[in-house]
Amino acid sequence: MDAILPAMSLVFQLDVLGVMLLAAIFGLFVGSIPGLTATMAAALLIPFTFFMEPVPAIAAIVTTVAMAIFAGDIPGALLRIPGTPASAAYCDEAYALTRKGKVETALGVSLVCSVIGGVIGSALLAMTAPVLAEFAIKFSSFEYFWLACLGLSCAVVVSTGSTVKGLVSLLIGLFIATIGIDITAGHPRFTFGSVEMMGGISFIPAMIGMFAISEVLRFIATPQDGQAIPQQPIKNVFRGLGGIISRYKLNVVRGGTIGAVVGILPGAGSDIAAWIAYAMSKRFSKNREKFGTGHPEGLVDAGTANNAGLAGAWIPALVFGIPGDSITAIVIGVLYMKGMNPGPTVFMQQPELIHAVFIVFFVANLALLPLGFLAIRLSRTILHVPRHVLIPIILMFCVVGAFAINNSVFGISVMLFMGVMAYVMEENGFPVAPTILGIVLGAMLERNFMSSMIKADGEFSGFFSRPIAATLGVLVILIWTLPLLRAGLRALSRRRQASSAEIS
Amino acid sequence: MWLNDAISGTVLVLFAIAEIAYSTTFPTLHGQAYGPSLFPVLIGCCLMACGFVLIFRGLRTRRSQARALTSDHPQTDVGTTEFEANTTDPVWIRFGEWASSPSRRINMALVPGSLIAYILLSNTIGFMPLSIVILSVLLYRLGSSLVLSLGIAIATTTLLQLLFAKVLLVPLPAGLLLRWLG
Repeated sequence: MDAILPAMSLVFQLDVLGVMLLAAIFGLFVGSIPGLTATMAAALLIPFTFFMEPVPAIAAIVTTVAMAIFAGDIPGALLRIPGTPASAAYCDEAYALTRKGKVETALGVSLVCSVIGGVIGSALLAMTAPVLAEFAIKFSSFEYFWLACLGLSCAVVVSTGSTVKGLVSLLIGLFIATIGIDITAGHPRFTFGSVEMMGGISFIPAMIGMFAISEVLRFIATPQDGQAIPQQPIKNVFRGLGGIISRYKLNVVRGGTIGAVVGILPGAGSDIAAWIAYAMSKRFSKNREKFGTGHPEGLVDAGTANNAGLAGAWIPALVFGIPGDSITAIVIGVLYMKGMNPGPTVFMQQPELIHAVFIVFFVANLALLPLGFLAIRLSRTILHVPRHVLIPIILMFCVVGAFAINNSVFGISVMLFMGVMAYVMEENGFPVAPTILGIVLGAMLERNFMSSMIKADGEFSGFFSRPIAATLGVLVILIWTLPLLRAGLRALSRRRQASSAEIS
Repeated sequence: MWLNDAISGTVLVLFAIAEIAYSTTFPTLHGQAYGPSLFPVLIGCCLMACGFVLIFRGLRTRRSQARALTSDHPQTDVGTTEFEANTTDPVWIRFGEWASSPSRRINMALVPGSLIAYILLSNTIGFMPLSIVILSVLLYRLGSSLVLSLGIAIATTTLLQLLFAKVLLVPLPAGLLLRWLG
């Protein structure tokens, strides 16, 4: 606990707070423009964080993303278009409120619940991460191998759409991770003689491609511009909020917890958290029939959940180096760049940095209240910014950003390739999140497998010789076999039904 | 761009075969069963399996599409529009809305096109001139007026140059400007 004071002195500095303010404005702007996602905001930020100290770099990302996830609710309520995918779950509900003339309530609930959700998520992060880290310090390569497997399997299971497509997406990511000098024999794999490929596919241009270039392509394929904003006065968004929040205080707690837990699961981020929280809210509500007609209850649950999910995703990212969502996948890349390799050792060796991350989370989420309010007041102006002007500018930013990482145009090639691939993948129902997890965790998986194999003298039983490793291993095998078993049983019962139908 | 799953599956299977074949040429470590080829081969095998599942699924949806087509026919009063819509329905590849309008097709090609142009030419032409050209073309094509496009392009490029080259010290290629100045 003696790390808190030095951590505070790391955060409460003029330059860090200044960076956070700029990041907040950037995040609110990007989040409130439909088609520009929070993950894209984080990806566009990396070239800048590259040149910063660790604490301001992390502060910039945390603030941008927290602001962007809330700001995504603004066009959802005003135009029925979610600003970020995390607002998609309840954007119909928010728009229904607006149609009833209650746009202030919709935005007010979104803002306050976002703040509360963010604080709940931050508190859970600050409480659980150090405890987990103390536990994780005992882990060896066997445990890390299974953890990586668990994270990757989880990414496939929770991904949206078909499991096979999720698996394909993951395998593509794992393949990309194998490109470059291999760790065991030092043999260049899939480099085809290119010196730049030997260092592997640089992660950051790949991210910029997958999250920004793909959005640029999507906008150009289906441009949507200029929609009428309902002419309702948006003045006091806090009116009547006390009643709503106190009526649904259980929903706030439930939404926050669901959000944080879903955030922890690798591959599932704020968007899935919001969908699950909204569905839960509807399932257990006394007024189920009111859902979809402009009822604030679902907004409370889901609005809290998506902001809580952001912090939840940092728990596995900081403790094990396993990203909880696409944004923390980017964060892990930044942490490695800053020499702050995620894992339990960073908790022991640089506790002030870890505590600084927690403090940044609280500060960012509390700052959301006044800044988000400002964004709501300015929402009309922000939504008037024509996207057909922004898109080319974003493209050029991506070009320069991808170049800046290694000062080479190879980064731009990687960005282009990954962007086109992500676009085609999403058009065909292949989720993108597993690919990113594969890229991040591929090296970790292989390294831990190889060193475990050397330790165990090539015996597979070594992977089950330690109690924690054995537990994790059994869990992973269960996750792998359950869907197969279920599919087999289903096919069997179908055949039985068919044959009994024939007999009758 | 929508592809029938069978096409994605075929591409994946072909890719996996090539990848596995290439991986087997990797050297093996002396006295160790697992070398650099282990993970690529495993990934390739899984990809191939997924590819076959996708091919199977794609063929099945295509068959059910065709069946729906034939069973639909007697019920509809073979109106020409209906008929056309039906005959074109089960396809292998379907492009998005953008493919039907020539101007949007050009816009779609402009994104990879301008990036490739930048990759190839940035060293000789330099960041600033190339960025101004790319930005103004894209802005104009997406609907800004010519003067506005040029203005925004110059302003953005100057901002990027100041921000990245002056503040963050990224060596953006000077290209032509260097030759003129030097």
